[in-house]
Amino acid sequence: MAKENQKCIHCGEDCGKYPIIWDDKPFCCNGCKTVYQLLNENKLYTYYEMEKSPGVRVDEHEFGTKFAYLEEEEIKAKLLEFKDGDYSKITLYIPAIHCSSCIWLLEHLNTLNKGITHSIVNFVKKEVSVTFKEEEISLRQLVELLASIHYTPMITLDNMDGKSAKKEDRKLLFKLGVAGFVFGNIMMLSFPDYLAGEQGVEPALQRFFNFLNLILALPVLLYSARDYLLSAYKNLIHGVINTDLPISIGIVALFSQSAYEILSNSGTGYMDSFSGFVFFLLIGKWYQNKTYQALAFDRDYKSYFPIAITKIVDEKEEITQIKDLEEGDRILVRHHELIPVDATLVKGIANIDYSFVTGESNAVNKLVGEPVYAGGKQMGAAIEMTVNKSVDQSSLTKLWNQTEGGIVPKKTLNNMVDRTSKWFTIIVISLALITMLVWFFIDPPRAISIFTAVLIVACPCALALSIPFTYGNSMRIYGKRGFYIKNSQVIENLSKVDTVVFDKTGTITQSNALDINFNGKEEPNREQLSFIKSLARQSTHPLSVSLYQHLSNLDSHYVESYKEVAGKGVEGYINQVKIKIGSALYVGAQVNQEEEFMSRVYVSIDEDYLGFFSLENKYRDGLTTLIKQLKKKYEVHLISGDNEGERNKLLQWFGENKFMHFNQKPADKFEYIKQLQAQGKNVLMIGDGLNDAGALNKSNVGITIADDIYNFSPACDGIMESGKFKSLYRFIRFSKSSIRVVKFSFLISLLYNTIGLGFAVNGLLTPIVAAILMPVSSVTVVVFVTLATNISALISDNK
Amino acid sequence: MTILFVLITASSFVAVIFLIAFIWSVKTGQFDDSYTPSVRALFDDDTIPENPSPEIKESSNNENE
Repeated sequence: MAKENQKCIHCGEDCGKYPIIWDDKPFCCNGCKTVYQLLNENKLYTYYEMEKSPGVRVDEHEFGTKFAYLEEEEIKAKLLEFKDGDYSKITLYIPAIHCSSCIWLLEHLNTLNKGITHSIVNFVKKEVSVTFKEEEISLRQLVELLASIHYTPMITLDNMDGKSAKKEDRKLLFKLGVAGFVFGNIMMLSFPDYLAGEQGVEPALQRFFNFLNLILALPVLLYSARDYLLSAYKNLIHGVINTDLPISIGIVALFSQSAYEILSNSGTGYMDSFSGFVFFLLIGKWYQNKTYQALAFDRDYKSYFPIAITKIVDEKEEITQIKDLEEGDRILVRHHELIPVDATLVKGIANIDYSFVTGESNAVNKLVGEPVYAGGKQMGAAIEMTVNKSVDQSSLTKLWNQTEGGIVPKKTLNNMVDRTSKWFTIIVISLALITMLVWFFIDPPRAISIFTAVLIVACPCALALSIPFTYGNSMRIYGKRGFYIKNSQVIENLSKVDTVVFDKTGTITQSNALDINFNGKEEPNREQLSFIKSLARQSTHPLSVSLYQHLSNLDSHYVESYKEVAGKGVEGYINQVKIKIGSALYVGAQVNQEEEFMSRVYVSIDEDYLGFFSLENKYRDGLTTLIKQLKKKYEVHLISGDNEGERNKLLQWFGENKFMHFNQKPADKFEYIKQLQAQGKNVLMIGDGLNDAGALNKSNVGITIADDIYNFSPACDGIMESGKFKSLYRFIRFSKSSIRVVKFSFLISLLYNTIGLGFAVNGLLTPIVAAILMPVSSVTVVVFVTLATNISALISDNK
Repeated sequence: MTILFVLITASSFVAVIFLIAFIWSVKTGQFDDSYTPSVRALFDDDTIPENPSPEIKESSNNENE
């Protein structure tokens, strides 16, 4: 019944040759089978009816003491949102949430365990809030339950810093609501005046309307528009003119002129334009602010580190918080666990994967007594270490704090819109003053009201809307194409880039794929290959693991007298044949110095050297075309933390040796970007790991590439799905067309301003003219920029 | 025409009630997640089917009744 290409009923993965059969259904792994059993027992079959393959594939897990730290009172207190009598509530971030079945399953947790009373999913944020009775299910059991159905929550050191507030989002909604409410009502009260024609509205009624408008407009001025006024004021004190200044001048002019007219009973005022203006502005702000809630762009090492680790006290294992680790403590690090502090190895064989931290593609071997730096992941059997430095003092943390001083937001000053605003404000104010002076001679009593009329009509409503709508829409267009940016400022920065710097490991190479080829006197036969596979399976060294995966479809054999020499290789007997795989020296092959750097696994059978497997990084699809495209307009550099093993191969893309740098430490990368910037270059850095964090933050635009965008990635300006790597050039080009759209929309809005000024300077600006001009100009600009960005995205796609 | 004064005052009063309703809805988090509820609405009620779908039979070792 096992035919090829059967799909696992739980996760939809290919089951391979030998699916696990349970209940007549094929499964790809025991993990999937367990989830199926669990769901089946609890009658949650509907899960499988909703989508073709709803599950998420995760490798099997033995939790052991992995989540034991969740029993610590102190940790629990920090993580729980509240605890009220029997009930506790916690919100967990689960990156695996991806479809409606996930929502359904996670909201039916109460059928899996009676202790859970309630669970609610926020799909956009990929969070689930669970209310549970601690007496019946502990936090640890809850998390283990989630992990067992393959929704492992991400709990890191970052969670211990308390909850980040989502209040800002709500505040904007309040302001928007108030402004919208006032705008609608004032419009209603203003219409009688527009429509009454020559005879006008009955004076008593008109006065009543006017006063009502004045009262309604107050909360808009004092609450909804407060951010603009305060920002303009603060900047002005520091001698800076930004966009908020002309906006504030418009707001204040509109309101004070209207209030004066109403109170002195000399006119109806422009309260409709005033509230409409603020309302439209806030809509623009809201549209621009809607970003990717589930993505984090400002993560630091804290979100990479776990909360707790196993400490050995008096030969007993104990769970302790990482921040409480002190010099001299003895810690136990298991397979795939992260080393959180600088420590010295005291027991076991350390085989540490630093690829994420330093960019080295090969695992590093350490022997007992050698120091081990924080940030690597142990691959292999558990090791014991003594702590040298506390977390705050560790090399990784220090590196982070030194090169960046925390995460500093990039300068947003001096951007295009602020420069435009500066000129705009100066011109408008001088124009208003000149007009006032001229009218002072023609008709002195009207001079002041015409001064404000100029300020009112010059109010850059359309101008202020063009940026948020162009950038907001561009961000959405990027998002649809697998490129997620932090905020709209990134678009402008990206358009100015003239130098592109790539990291190597994980950025231009695929992180989980290798090109494996055999070189030697003769190809090993199938039986020999199956021997090599069986031997490689015994070792947890990354090269062995890769080799094993490469050969995984061959038969397995029993290995006798298996021996592993740390940092050298492994050997064993299969069917009385002695197999050795490992380094050249271990196996007995002759190599030159250059070859030592290369990732190779040498093989000998019965002490007879056979040849070697070369494991080369697989470069991303479309790299050749991308670099060719980029080189036409940009300088392209490579900085890698890895060795020079692949220099010659890389030369074909990067052209000259001076653009390629190897063995670069994180701090070197940071310095390199700094140097380029000192030469007046605008640098785009593309990286993936913690080792690029400093460079990403220093560069004008830092983009990380991620296979799973919801997993940890260092602080950056944008996250790109790894499959979209080849579109990078298109993304940069699109940022330029966005800027062109903005410039053109500036022209359109200036045109409207000029028309309005024509009315104002001649003293013809009536409330109805203002009330028509303002919305019409805003709507044209919004429609124009939305269409224009969408069209240029289409053009860019088809090129 | 004086009735307009009363009517407009009354209508403004009603409008304020709606504003308060909006503020309440934001405060209770109804705008925090605008996607999940749309999916949730499509789920069937939590009744467990008497006869499981033909595709997925009930297993023999189903003890948790």
